Amino acid sequence: MKRKTIIDVVLAIGVVGLGFAFWMMWRPEIATVSQPLKADRETLDRGRRVVEAGDCAVCHTRPGGAYMAGGLPLVTPFGTLFTTNITPDPESGIGKWSLDAFERAMREGIARDGHFLYPAFPYVHYRKMSDADIADAYAYLMSVDPITYTAPQNHMVFPMNFRPLVSFWNLLFLHGDPLEPLPNQSAQWNRGRYLVEGAGHCSSCHSPLNLIGGEKSSERFNGGVVDGWTAPALRGMTEAQHPWNEAQLVAYLTGEVAEGHGAAAGPMLPVSLSIAQLPTEDAHAIAQYILDLKKTSSDAPSPPCTSGVKPSARALMGASLFDGACASCHGGAAPMRVIESRPALANTSAVMEDSPRNLIQTILQGIPMSSAASSHYMPAFAPSLDDTHVAALAEYLRNQSCANRPWTDLDKTIKSIRAQEQQP
Amino acid sequence: MITLDINGKTHELDIADDMPLLYALRNQVGLNGAKYGCGLGQCGACTVLVNDKPVFSCLTPCGALAGKSVRTVESLGSADQPGALQKAFIEEQAAQCGYCIAGMIVRAQALLEANPHPDDETIRRHMAPNLCRCGTHVRILAAIKSVIAQGGKV
Repeated sequence: MKRKTIIDVVLAIGVVGLGFAFWMMWRPEIATVSQPLKADRETLDRGRRVVEAGDCAVCHTRPGGAYMAGGLPLVTPFGTLFTTNITPDPESGIGKWSLDAFERAMREGIARDGHFLYPAFPYVHYRKMSDADIADAYAYLMSVDPITYTAPQNHMVFPMNFRPLVSFWNLLFLHGDPLEPLPNQSAQWNRGRYLVEGAGHCSSCHSPLNLIGGEKSSERFNGGVVDGWTAPALRGMTEAQHPWNEAQLVAYLTGEVAEGHGAAAGPMLPVSLSIAQLPTEDAHAIAQYILDLKKTSSDAPSPPCTSGVKPSARALMGASLFDGACASCHGGAAPMRVIESRPALANTSAVMEDSPRNLIQTILQGIPMSSAASSHYMPAFAPSLDDTHVAALAEYLRNQSCANRPWTDLDKTIKSIRAQEQQP
Repeated sequence: MITLDINGKTHELDIADDMPLLYALRNQVGLNGAKYGCGLGQCGACTVLVNDKPVFSCLTPCGALAGKSVRTVESLGSADQPGALQKAFIEEQAAQCGYCIAGMIVRAQALLEANPHPDDETIRRHMAPNLCRCGTHVRILAAIKSVIAQGGKV
C-alpha cells in the first residue's frame, strides 16, 4: 500500500532522528565521590600554577565574593550567564566530582551530572592541556576552602536556554587533542604555545567571534571585543609602527607598566595579575610565542601614523583638559612620570589602536589599585568628565599621535560605553 | 572668566581652563578644607563632590565644571554646627593629624546620600580610594557606622 509505505518511511526517519538527537544531546552522569583524594604539597603547588595559567579565578570569583565560589555575571549576546561554584563544597560546588568528571568538563564541556556547559567556559581550549596539568588543577581546586554558594539563575534567551543545543555548537568548534611540542621549535616556544593555546585561552578574547559565538578560525588572534574593550590583535606585534619587544611584553603580562606601550587594564588586568603569579619563565615563554605570531596575508596594513596636522578646536580644548586632569602623571615634565615610568601617551596602544574604545574606557574607569606596580594605578574620570570632555581629550591625544587617521566614531563610542556602564 | 557653582554660591573667577579645581578652591575662593596630598588622584585628601559624586579635585580641570555643582566639606557644617558625619568624626576622635579627614567625610557623605544603610563591605569598598597615613581607619569606619546606626541621615 502506498500510504503504508509513506507512514513506514516517516516512522523510520522519526526513529533515526530520535536516535540521533539522543546520541547528540544526551551525556551520562558520572558517579559522585564522597572523599576527593588528598594531594601532597608539590601537587598542590603545581595545581595552583595551572589554575593561575588558566585564569580560573578571573571568572569564578565575583567581586567581593569568596575565592572560586562563582557568581560573576558574564554578559553574552545570547543572555547573561553566572559562573559556577568550583570550590569543593559537596552540594553547591564540585566537591563530589571525581577526577574523571572534572576532566570530562575540561575537555568536553559536560558537567558531572551530564548537562552541557556553555562555551563561555573555555573547554575548547582547556581540552588541549595535558592530563597531568588537569589532574594537578583538580587536586588544587579540591584543596581550596569549600564555600556554600549557588550562583543566580542564568538568563539565556530562547532557544539558547536549552542546553543540549550546545552539542551542535560543539560539533562545529570542539576538536583537537592535547598539544604535542613541535620538534622544530625551542622548548620555550613550545611552552609558550602550550600556555597561550591551552590553559591561557588567549584567543577566546583576542579573536573575532562569529554569529554563534565561536572563534573565527581564519582570523585567530586578529583581535576581538570583550566587555566593551578592544582585545588587540596579537599578530604582527613586532612589525607594528611601535614594535613590542620581549621585555616590554613580559612587563605588560605581569602587571607592570610596559615602557612606551602602557599597562594592562580592563579585562586584561586580572589576567596579567594571574600571569604574574607564574614562574617568570612562563611569562617569557608566552611573550616569545605571541611575538612570533605573524600577520596573516589577508590583513591590509593600515598606513603608518603621522603627526603634524593642525589640531581642531575640540582638540585644543582637550589639550587644556589634559593639562588639568592628566599632566601631573602623563605630562612631559611630570616628576612622577620620571620616577615610576608612568607612560607618555604618544605611543601607547590605547592611542594607537584603530578604535578609540580602550582609551575611552581607561579615561572613564581608570585602572583600579591592585597588587600590580603602584604606577599601574589610574583614577577613574567618569564622575568628573562629561562625554564632550572625554571626546576632546581623545581627539587631542589622537591628534598628537596619529593625526592622519583621526577617530571618526568618538562621540558614538563614548555614548555606547557610558550606556553599558550604567547597566547594573 | 570661569563660572563655578560652589556650595550653592556662584563664583566668577579669572582663571585658566586647565587649573585644577583644588587650586581654585584654596587659592581663589578661600575654601581650605580640601587638601593637596599627592596631586595624582591616589590619596583622596582633595575629595569634593561634583554633582553629588566624589571626585579628586586635584585632577578635575575647572574647564570641565560648567553647569555642575561643587560641594566641599565646608558645606556640610561648621565648627559651631557640625553636620552628622562631622559630629561623628569628632565623637569617635577619628582624626589623628587630620589631613585626610575632609576628604574622608566628603566621600562618606556621597555614600550615605545615595545609600543610608550600606553594609560593612560596601563602606570599605567605597572608602578605599581615600588613604589615612596615621592609620585611623578603624575609627573612621566607626564614625561612619555611628551615623548609619542613627538612621544614616546626613
